[in-house]
Amino acid sequence: MKFGVVVFPGSNCDSDAYHVLKDVIGVDCEYVWHETRDLSDFQALVLPGGFSYGDYLRCGALARFSPVMDSVYRFVDEGKLVIGICNGFQILLEAGLLPGAMLPNNVLEFRCQWVDLKVENTKTPFTCLYEPGEVIRVPIAHHEGNYYAEPDVLDELERAGRVVLRYVDASGNPTLEANPNGAARNIAGITNEKGNVLGLMPHPERCSESILGGRDGRRIFLSMIKSLETGASLSF
Amino acid sequence: MKFKGTVTVWLKEGIFDPQGAAVKGSLEAMGFKEVEKVRIGKNIVISLEAEGAAEAKDLLEQMARKLLANPVTEAYRVHVEEEKAGAER
Repeated sequence: MKFGVVVFPGSNCDSDAYHVLKDVIGVDCEYVWHETRDLSDFQALVLPGGFSYGDYLRCGALARFSPVMDSVYRFVDEGKLVIGICNGFQILLEAGLLPGAMLPNNVLEFRCQWVDLKVENTKTPFTCLYEPGEVIRVPIAHHEGNYYAEPDVLDELERAGRVVLRYVDASGNPTLEANPNGAARNIAGITNEKGNVLGLMPHPERCSESILGGRDGRRIFLSMIKSLETGASLSF
Repeated sequence: MKFKGTVTVWLKEGIFDPQGAAVKGSLEAMGFKEVEKVRIGKNIVISLEAEGAAEAKDLLEQMARKLLANPVTEAYRVHVEEEKAGAER
């Protein structure tokens, strides 16, 4: 089993993701330069955080046309796992692999802080090792994390259990105060219809070892590994 | 023929524009009580070669749809003019 961490010009959380996978968890992992077209070695891909193409035009808009993305579409079609973190989430939205779009935070601030997240669906390959309804603590760092989609799209996401992570207070309630960026319905992470693509604004790779102040993020990667090992298919 | 296209992109009506809201607040603080709404967008100016203005506009529309604007959140408008030979841009 091998993970790939895609490196776009301007990615800056690629090393963090690589470190967690390779050194902390100990799974085989390689960097994948954005001009690569052959992804046949990999079973899972990370689109890391950062500022691909300097966030020019719109976050993720230019990365979406990187040569590797054609192969990412096929990768997704084949049912392999793709996780997009922060800028990686923005790229997945721009690429149309996930529905909706990101707006600037409604608070006019770059938000860099810990947030509480409720794991809303534990039947995904990314969350199968969490307890249903578990509240976890993960850091965010973004200026454009205000998730937006039309109401009917949001309804469908909710109905199908595709809202996987939501900003909540310490007791697990999705309050206005717990929403750091104005995201629709406090949405922090969603999957595609098939369930093999997850986009999330929080950074699980920044909280996967105790020395960094928490390790709630680690089980996202461990869940992916478990799903790949067991070949578990989704049961929404 | 050479054309100069201007693609103006802004957030769709009904989507909160925090930049616009902040600028509106400042304009009001300066005494411009007449201001009712401020929306901030961007202009993307593209020089291009095309057979005629219609083709230039068609190409720019395609660019806007596929890349320059995000149809989920943004609206756009395309303006085309002929670029005069030797004119400064």
